[in-house]
Amino acid sequence: MNWTSLDSWIVAAGVLCAGSCALLGNFLVLRRMSMMGDAISHAVLPGLAIAFLTTGSRGSVPMFVGAAVVGILTAVFTQWIHTLGKVEESASMGVVFTAMFAAGLILIVRAADAVDLDPGCVLYGAIELIPLDVRPVLGFMVPRAVLILGGMFAANLLFTLLFYKELRISAFDPALASTLGISARLMHYLLMTAVAITTVACFESVGSILVIAMLIVPASAAHLLTDRYGVMLILSVLIAVAGAILGHLAAITVPARFGFSDTSTSGMMAVTVGLLFALVMFLAPRHGVLSKLVHRWLLSLRIACEDVLGLLYRLEEADPVRQPAPVAGMLHSAVGWSPWMSRLALASLRRRRQVRRDPSGYRLTSHGRAVAAELVRAHRLWETYLAKHLPLAADHLHDSADRTEHFLSHPLREAIAADLPGVLRDPHGTNIPAGDAPRADLTSKSAVHGPDAEKG
Amino acid sequence: MRSEGRFRRRRPSCLLGSALALGAAVCFGAAPRVEAASARGSIADTSLAWPSPEELARVLTLSDYNTRVVMLGATLLGLASGIIGTFMLLRKRALMGDALSHATLPGIGLAFMVMAAAGGTGKYLPGLLLGAMISGAIGLGCVLAIRSWTRLKEDAALGIVLSVFFGLGVALLGIVQKMDTGSAAGLESFIYGKTASMLSGDAALIAGAAAVIALTCAALFKEFALLCFDSGYARAQGWPITGLDVVMMVLVVGVTVIGLQAVGLILMIALLVIPPAAARFWTNHLSAMVLVSGLIGALSGLLGAGFSALVPRLPAGAIIVVVGSLIFGFSLLFGPARGWLARTLVQRRLSRKVLRQNLLRAMFEYHEQAEGAAAGVAKEASPGSSLTVAELLARRAWSLRTLRRTLRAAQRDRLVRVDAGVCVVLTREGLAEAQRVVRNHRLWEIYLITHADIAPSHVDRDADELEHVLGATMVRSLEERLAEERPVPALPPSPHSLVGT
Repeated sequence: MNWTSLDSWIVAAGVLCAGSCALLGNFLVLRRMSMMGDAISHAVLPGLAIAFLTTGSRGSVPMFVGAAVVGILTAVFTQWIHTLGKVEESASMGVVFTAMFAAGLILIVRAADAVDLDPGCVLYGAIELIPLDVRPVLGFMVPRAVLILGGMFAANLLFTLLFYKELRISAFDPALASTLGISARLMHYLLMTAVAITTVACFESVGSILVIAMLIVPASAAHLLTDRYGVMLILSVLIAVAGAILGHLAAITVPARFGFSDTSTSGMMAVTVGLLFALVMFLAPRHGVLSKLVHRWLLSLRIACEDVLGLLYRLEEADPVRQPAPVAGMLHSAVGWSPWMSRLALASLRRRRQVRRDPSGYRLTSHGRAVAAELVRAHRLWETYLAKHLPLAADHLHDSADRTEHFLSHPLREAIAADLPGVLRDPHGTNIPAGDAPRADLTSKSAVHGPDAEKG
Repeated sequence: MRSEGRFRRRRPSCLLGSALALGAAVCFGAAPRVEAASARGSIADTSLAWPSPEELARVLTLSDYNTRVVMLGATLLGLASGIIGTFMLLRKRALMGDALSHATLPGIGLAFMVMAAAGGTGKYLPGLLLGAMISGAIGLGCVLAIRSWTRLKEDAALGIVLSVFFGLGVALLGIVQKMDTGSAAGLESFIYGKTASMLSGDAALIAGAAAVIALTCAALFKEFALLCFDSGYARAQGWPITGLDVVMMVLVVGVTVIGLQAVGLILMIALLVIPPAAARFWTNHLSAMVLVSGLIGALSGLLGAGFSALVPRLPAGAIIVVVGSLIFGFSLLFGPARGWLARTLVQRRLSRKVLRQNLLRAMFEYHEQAEGAAAGVAKEASPGSSLTVAELLARRAWSLRTLRRTLRAAQRDRLVRVDAGVCVVLTREGLAEAQRVVRNHRLWEIYLITHADIAPSHVDRDADELEHVLGATMVRSLEERLAEERPVPALPPSPHSLVGT
């Protein structure tokens, strides 16, 4: 690898662009308008063409004005077609941006003959060319694009901080925003304008595809990582910046490993930020796919353990003299879990010394018996409680209790017991085990897992 | 500097590409090798070169082999995407095509690399299309995975897949362009399209795809309809929802991949979205909508390709989309089923009817009060007794202008007479109609009081809204329901005190 000052400038431009896009992207993702970024970045084309055809100059100001006007128009037209024609919002967006893109193409092609340039510039961007066009600033030669993107980032940061509260309220609850006197519509159009201008500022250096990627992907990843708005803003910018830096590194190193020369930096930046997203999507602590799987699996294991305990307890209870000890095969069929899950549950119960194995089969230890008694108590208390307060038939009580027994914390159990004074038997006529001191570790666990389990 | 590969001579096949290129050149001063003077020269030249009559005749009679192929291909492509797009639109997946078509790009790049590495030319079309198909399917899988496994919504899932896959495609093409084996020139036509240089093989491919799509949609019409309108019910009925969804998506991927070559990636989305969205304004029946959508798609393809063949320097793909969006705009305004004009007319007719019935009821109740209904029993009001416009104005919250307009309309229908410009009189027909309206109003009020336990002082407003839409059957069933308890008089008295008393 051969890192030069050119690479530093390229990365600087990429980082600034990624940061400015990611800031705005948070609101698009939260307001479920991610595709608006895609639509606007395509739809600005006629704005640019008209700005050029009317002013005849390629200066930045007419371009920004043209883009801003067209960006707002895209949002307005989408809204119009949505309300006027009762067309679904995403479809009306699709109609508007493709039509505008086509119109832009025609406008440009009418004046295309004298121009000789690769099409890549708009879509892929020419980030590698940034260091060629420099302006002196305080004695340093700074690339023009870095100046523009730096200004863009500062403007977006200012916009976000200035309207921090307004943007937040209208992102989460537009109706509440309206009742508080904040015009959600005004914020919507301000946001659309900012997106349009950012798109144009970034077109030149990184291409539209990276703009779309940086608008949506970092904010989505941040949304999976946190539930707090301020943290999400910061995280999204950090992810975008990491994606930009790693993306350029990848562009100049990865193809070389396979014997190719380097490749498009903006393309690789989009890919890298996509990989970061994939990482977050699977590993995010709370909303990640894997963590949710692990969470759910642990919960299943706990329930399986408790089912086994309950079963052993009931077998002992039913035949206190002989105390039949089931073997593994019987347990599987009786508990209703898959063989490997119940085997795992048995192993974990033996490790916790709640179940022991003797030659005839599995038996509860005294510690296990106490835990199981609490569990069965929860089950039968709930059945009794249901029978008392709901007109349920006796054969309908078991299923509900079977689910609920795992989530009844100790205080809740005792509250139910207090509601049923002097009741010693459940509706099926079996004894309700007496309440022990809460030494069983059931309670603490159910308190922790309760809400998630209900959701699952 | 890694810039050499980026600036090449413009190829004639890449007309749209150069169009975009000018976009970039036009936008920013950073573009080298663009001389401002020459660019300005071409911009001053905005006149369209209109075709001569001979050219017109050649295109219209399809005597040109090339034109014939292009127009046929574009028409069939519009037809196919219009048909399958209808189901996508109704399944609320209009922008799925957007993500899909972007997701095909890495497949094209990879297929090229694999085929080039295997010693081929790398530009073997079926191979490229297969690659596009596979990566499109993977992209679709990612959308579904993100949507169902995380808390992100569909829009974010689409945006992520679209941009990341396209970025990967761009990166792969960046590598491909610098490979020694085989020229990668022309791969970009998948992004920008090259309608005008369509070959007969392409057109045959499109025709095949269109046939497959039309046949599949016809065969699975009932299943697709169920899927679009009530997938939950379809699942409850035991239909393989996932399988049907997969079939639908495969058709979309297929038409997208084939269309990429013809109109390019971005404009392909338009062909999937615009015709069905336009067709929705014309009909409320699914089968008709499918036909209309296919027809609109075909028409855009035909007109667009024809127009671009007539006028030089007009990119066919873009023209097809512009024609499509013009048809959309026309449908939005004038579509008979849900167009703006049709709905406005229906609304206006309804509001006129409501105003007229309000006028009649106001006049009737005025007479009822004036003729001393102290006992609460309505007497037969006779036509001829009059009241002034000012008195009418005070009875309801309506403006003088609305009242005058309503009076004029009622006069035209011979329901009222306005004597000397101020005195309003019910005619015989007007009286009959007014009696009917008041009766409906009071039937509903009594129903609310006896069956919904609403206080008599609260029923007037509710009945005021509902009296206008009570149909004959509804009135009959109200009568039957009320007659079970006590006989309903021809004109029941008002259950509450009237305005102004």
